[in-house]
Amino acid sequence: MKYFRTHVLVGVNEASKQAGVEKFVAALRKELEKSGLQEEVNVLETGPLGFFGKGICLTVYPDNVNYENIKAEDIPELVAEHFLKGRPVHRLMFDAGSRFTPKFNYESRIVLRNSGIIDPESIDEYLGTGGYEAWEKALLQMKPADIVEEVKQSGLRGRGGAGFPTGLKWSFTAPIKCDQKYVVVNADEGEPGTFKDRLIMEGDPNQLLEGIMICARAVGATKAFIYIRGEYKLSIERLRKAIAQCYEYGLLGKNIFGSKFDLDLEIRIGAGAYVCGEETALIESLEGNRGNPRWKPPFPGVKGLWGCPTVVNNVETLANVPFIIKHGAGEYKKFGTPDCSGTKVYTILGDVAYPGLCEADMGTTLRTIINDYAGGMKKGFRFKAALIGGAAGVILSDRLLDVKMDLNSLNQYSAVLGSGAILVMDEHASIVDMLWSILRFFRHESCGKCSPCRNGTQQLYDIICKIRKGEGTEQDLDLMLLIAETMQQTSFCALGQSPVMPVRSALENFRDEFVASTKK
Amino acid sequence: MAKTVNIWIDGHAIEADPSMNIIEVADKHGIHIPRLCYHPDLPPTANCGVCVVDVAGNPLPKRACCTPVTEGMKITTNSPKLRSYRKTLVEMILSNHEVVCPTCAANNKCELQTLANNLGVDPDHLPTILRKQPKDDSSLSIIRDVNKCIACGRCVTVCNEVQTVYALTFADRGFEGHVDTSFGKGMANSPCVNCGQCTVYCPTGALREKSEIDAVWEAILDPDKHVIVQEAPSIRVSLGEEFGMPLGSVTPKKMYAALRKMGFDSVMDTNFTADLTILEEGTECVAKLKAGEKRPLITSCSPGWIKFMETYYPDLADCVSTAKSPMSMFGVLAKTYYAQEHKVDPAKIVSVAIMPCTAKKFEARRPELRDSGYQDTDYVLTTREFIRMIKEAGIDFANIPEEEPDEGMSFYSGAGTIFGATGGVMEAAIRSAYFLVTGKDLENVEIGAVRGLEGVKEAAVDVPGFGEVRVAVAHGLGNARKVMDRVREGLATKGESPWHFIEIMACPGGCVGGGGQPYGNDIASRARRGLALYEEDRNLPVRQSHRNPEVTRIYERFLEKPNSPIALKLLHTYYFKRSVTSGQVTEQATHKHH
Amino acid sequence: MYQEIFSKYAPTPDNLIFILHDIQDNDPRHYISEEAVQAVSEYLKIPSNHIYGVITFYSMYSTQPRGKYVIRLCESPHCYIRGSENILRKMKNTLGVGIGETTKDGLFTLELCACLGVCGNAPVMMINDDVYGDLTEDKVDEIFARLREAK
Repeated sequence: MKYFRTHVLVGVNEASKQAGVEKFVAALRKELEKSGLQEEVNVLETGPLGFFGKGICLTVYPDNVNYENIKAEDIPELVAEHFLKGRPVHRLMFDAGSRFTPKFNYESRIVLRNSGIIDPESIDEYLGTGGYEAWEKALLQMKPADIVEEVKQSGLRGRGGAGFPTGLKWSFTAPIKCDQKYVVVNADEGEPGTFKDRLIMEGDPNQLLEGIMICARAVGATKAFIYIRGEYKLSIERLRKAIAQCYEYGLLGKNIFGSKFDLDLEIRIGAGAYVCGEETALIESLEGNRGNPRWKPPFPGVKGLWGCPTVVNNVETLANVPFIIKHGAGEYKKFGTPDCSGTKVYTILGDVAYPGLCEADMGTTLRTIINDYAGGMKKGFRFKAALIGGAAGVILSDRLLDVKMDLNSLNQYSAVLGSGAILVMDEHASIVDMLWSILRFFRHESCGKCSPCRNGTQQLYDIICKIRKGEGTEQDLDLMLLIAETMQQTSFCALGQSPVMPVRSALENFRDEFVASTKK
Repeated sequence: MAKTVNIWIDGHAIEADPSMNIIEVADKHGIHIPRLCYHPDLPPTANCGVCVVDVAGNPLPKRACCTPVTEGMKITTNSPKLRSYRKTLVEMILSNHEVVCPTCAANNKCELQTLANNLGVDPDHLPTILRKQPKDDSSLSIIRDVNKCIACGRCVTVCNEVQTVYALTFADRGFEGHVDTSFGKGMANSPCVNCGQCTVYCPTGALREKSEIDAVWEAILDPDKHVIVQEAPSIRVSLGEEFGMPLGSVTPKKMYAALRKMGFDSVMDTNFTADLTILEEGTECVAKLKAGEKRPLITSCSPGWIKFMETYYPDLADCVSTAKSPMSMFGVLAKTYYAQEHKVDPAKIVSVAIMPCTAKKFEARRPELRDSGYQDTDYVLTTREFIRMIKEAGIDFANIPEEEPDEGMSFYSGAGTIFGATGGVMEAAIRSAYFLVTGKDLENVEIGAVRGLEGVKEAAVDVPGFGEVRVAVAHGLGNARKVMDRVREGLATKGESPWHFIEIMACPGGCVGGGGQPYGNDIASRARRGLALYEEDRNLPVRQSHRNPEVTRIYERFLEKPNSPIALKLLHTYYFKRSVTSGQVTEQATHKHH
Repeated sequence: MYQEIFSKYAPTPDNLIFILHDIQDNDPRHYISEEAVQAVSEYLKIPSNHIYGVITFYSMYSTQPRGKYVIRLCESPHCYIRGSENILRKMKNTLGVGIGETTKDGLFTLELCACLGVCGNAPVMMINDDVYGDLTEDKVDEIFARLREAK
C-alpha cells in the first residue's frame, strides 16, 4: 500500500454533484500531478462529510481542515498554498473566522464510523476497516437464535421513530416455521428535516448491507428488500453498486461461505409518499398497491409481505447491527444510557452555528448537542425553540434544553426522539408559522384512507390558516387540540396519531404567541 | 366446536369465537357499538374510526370492526372519552359532507344522519371543509355525488372485491383522496356494469340511481299517452317493509292497486314474461342438450351480468342465451302484441318497468332493443323510486285494498315469481325443460339444491331419455367470474364445459338483492325476501311456466311457438364485445337469429 | 412502444411501481398516459382502475403531460423557514405559472413536494433527477437560464 502524507476527502452528494464535483476531482488530480504531488496527496471521493457546507466541500487529513464552496478556479491556490506549502487557505475554509471546531464526534461513532472516511463505492475499503467480519461470524460461528439473543442483549431499539426493541421484533419472526420470510429495510425516509438514512447509505452502504444480512440470517429470511424513496438517486446508485460487489464477492447469493444459507437482496423504489414510512403501508407499496396502511394485528412479523413473516427495520437500526455482532452486546451497551443503549444519529439544522450531522450517545442533552456538536447558536441569536423529530415531533422551548435525548426520558414530556431531526429556531422564528407549515405537510401526506386523519388534517390546516391570518379565536386553539387528540385516539395508523404532538407542544410551550395571533 | 376465548364486554363475561372481531361478538350479544363504515356483509374497511372501543392494556382505543377477540380481553364500549371522540369524528365527517338531508334520496335511510342524530352531535361545532365538486352523472343508471361521499370505502370494496367489476377506486390521497373511476372518466366510460351494489351499500346518498320519476309522472299525467307498467318478481316482496309491514311480506295485489291508483293505464306483470322466457330459453337449452353441445347455455336475464360478460368474457358470448330478459320481452310485446290486441297506437304507448335493478336503466336504452320499431322499454324505475312515488301519491300502501292486475300479460306461475331469487331461473327452467324433453311434469317441482345463498351452487338432474344434466348457479359477479373461469378453462383443456346449463345473476342473492332495492339491503333481508318468493310459489295454483294459460294464449295468437321466426325476431337478441377500460362497445360478438 | 420496458420486468404486480417509473422517465413529457395504463393493465393483468389509484397516490407520478423540466420545490418546514415561500413566489413570477402548471413553451412544470431529505442545503428543489440546494432568487434565475439554453 502506498503511503500518502495527506488525504483530501471530497464529499460526493446531491449538492456537490450539482456543483460539478466530478469535473472538480479530475481537475484537482491534474493539478496535483502538475505539482508532482500525486504520490503524496490522496484524493478520495467519499460520502457526506461531517458538516454541511455549500457546493463542493473538502476535508483534509490529518490537518482536519474543512473547505466549502470550492470552485475549479480555486484549485491552483489550494494546491500551491495548502498541499505544497502547508498553509490552509483561510478564505475558503468552512469554519473561517471562528475558533470553534465542530466536534465531529469521532469518539462516539458506530453508524458513521466510516462515513466521510472511506470510498463508499469500494467494497475493498469497507473490508479494509474490518467490514463483513460480523457477517462471517454470524454465519459461521453463531446460531440464528444466538444472533437474536445478542441483539436483544444489546438493548438496540428501532431508530425509525417508534423505538421498538429490535431483538424482540426479530424474536417474533425467527421461530416461525414456513417456506418464505422476508427482511424489508425501511429506507423511505420522509420525516421533514431527516436525512440521516440517506447519509448512512451514501456514506457507508456496505455497513447497512452487512446489517441486513445478519438480520436475514437471524430470522431465517432468504430474501430482503430495501425500500428506498425514489428521490434518493445517489443512495440508490451506491447501494446498487455495493450489492453488485457483494454478489461478486460471494457475500450474497447461494450457499454463502459454504454455509448453505442463501440470501438475495433487491432494491425497490418508492414513488413519493410519506406514509410509506409506516411499515404496513410500505409493505402495501412493495406489493404494488397504494400505500394505505394495514390494520395491526396481524403484525408484519407474523403476516407481512405477501402474507409471509416479514421483519421491517429502519436503515440506522440495521447499521448498528454489525458492531453489535462483531464486538458483542456488552461493548455496545457502553454507549448510551442503561435503558437506551447505543448512539443516535442526528441532523441539526436551523439557527445553529454549524448545522450538520452527528452521532451522539443516547441520552446526550439537547443543550450539549447544540453547543458541542453544532457550535451553539448562530452568532447573535438566542435559542427560542427546537423542533425535534420532524413534523411528527414536538416543539420544545428552552425549558427542556437539559432533557436527555433518549426514548425514555423524552417520553416523560410527551415528546419523542423520533427520527433524530433537530431544527433549532431563534427568537425571530414564528411558532405559528412553523405549526402552519407542519400542518400543511400532514394535510398533504395523509393517505386519506381513514376519516379521522383525512378530515382532521384538513380541519387543523384550515384553523391554523385562520389563526395565522389573525382571524382565529382562543376557542380555535382548544378546537385544534380537541381535533388533534381525537385524531390521535382514533386514527388508523401512526400518521394520524402524530399531529397531536406538534400541536400540543406548540400550544403548551408557546400559547401566548398563538393567543397574540388571534382576533383582537 | 372450535376453541373459544373468554372476554368481557362492558363487564359481561362472554365466550367468543376467536375468528370474530369485537364488533361481531358485540352484535351477537346485543351490545351495540356505534359504527359507520362497518357493514356485516363486507370485509371491514376500518375507515371511519367511529367504532373505537377501549381494550384494557392498550394505550389507544381499538377499532372494534377489525380487532379480533383474544383470550382475556376486557373491552369497554362506552365512556365519556369514547363518546367525545365519536362525536368529534362525526362532526368532522359532517364538516366535509354536503348536508342537504331533507331533499336527499337517502333521507331517513342515511346511516350518517342516523348516527349523527343518535350521538347528538353539534353540526355547527366545526367549520365546513367541504370543497364542492361536480357530480358524475355520465351513467344511464347511477349518479355519484362526491359531495356526499364520506370515503367509507364500501362501494370500492363491493365493486372490486365482491363484484370484481373494477370500476371504482380510491384516487389521489389525503384530503384530496376520493372515490373515482379510472382517469376520472365517469361511470359511463368505465367497466361499470350498472349493477348498483354500490348504491345499496352506500351509507349516505352519494351513490344513487338516476331518477326517472319525473318522466314517468309526466307520461301518466299526459292524456295522449297510454302508460303500461310491469313489475319484476322481486318487487312484490320488497315493498311492504317500507310501509311498516314485516320484511318479506308478499304484496302483489297491493302493488297492482297502488299502481292503478297512481294512474297507470294498464297494470301488467313482468312475471308473465318470466314464464315466457322459460319457454324460449328452455327450448334453446333442450335443443343444445339434444345436439350434444359441449358449450354451456347461460341465462341472460340479468343486465349487469350481460355487460360484465361483454366486458370480461366476450369469447363466451355465444354461450349466453339469446333470449331477451323478461323486462325486454315485455317491452317489445307491449308495443306489438298488446298494441294489436288493445288497438292502441304503439307510438302512444309508454312502457314503464319497475325493477329491483339499476342496470335495467342501461338495458332499456340499448340501441339493439328496438324490435318493436320503438325503444321497447321507455322508463325504468327502481324499487326505491317506486316507493318514493307511492309516498308522493300519499298512498297508504299497508292498508290499500288488494286488486287484480289487468289481463293479457299479467298471469304468472310460481316458476315466474321465483325468478327474483338466486337459483329461481334455474329451478323454473328445470321444471319446464323436464317437460319439454320427457313430455311429463316433474313430480316434485321444488329443487332444493339450487336454492339458498351459497355463492356457487351445483346440481345434477337426471332427465329420462337424456341422462344427467349438470347445472350451476352463481349470484354476485365475483362468483360469476369463478364459474366463467372454470367454463373457459374446461373448454380450453377438455373441450367441454363442466356444466350444461348455468344461471348467473349479477347481484348477491339474485334480484331480491338488486341494486335498486331499498336501502339497508343486507344479506339477511335478501334471504328473507327470497324465502317470501318461494312462499308465494308454494301458494300459487300454477307452478310451471308451460302451464301458464296466458303464455299458451300468446303463442296461439301471436308468437306461434317457442323459437318460431317471429319469436326469434322479437324475443331474442345478440351481444357485443366491450373494452375493459372504457366499457364501450368495440365490436359485435354474436349475431341475431333469423 | 411499451414492450421494451415490459421486457425488463416479470409480469408480477409488485413490479407495477418500477414499470410506472420507467414509463414516466422515458416519456418526454414525464407523465403516464391512459394508453400506457391500458398497456400496463394488459401486461400485469391488473385492472386499470387499480393502476390509476396507484398513480394518483404517489406524488412522483403524473397523469397530466408535464414540461421538459419538472420542478419540485420542497415545501416542508425546514425549507419553509429558510425562505422557500420567497423562492416559490419568484418562480411563479419568472415562469408565469401557478402550482401544477406548465409554461407555454412546454419547458417547465412547477410543483411542490414534501421533504427531499437534503435539508442541510435548504431551500431545495429537484428538477427532474437533479437536486438544487441553497436556493436564492438569483440562483433560480441562473438555473432557469442554464436549462433554457440547454434545450
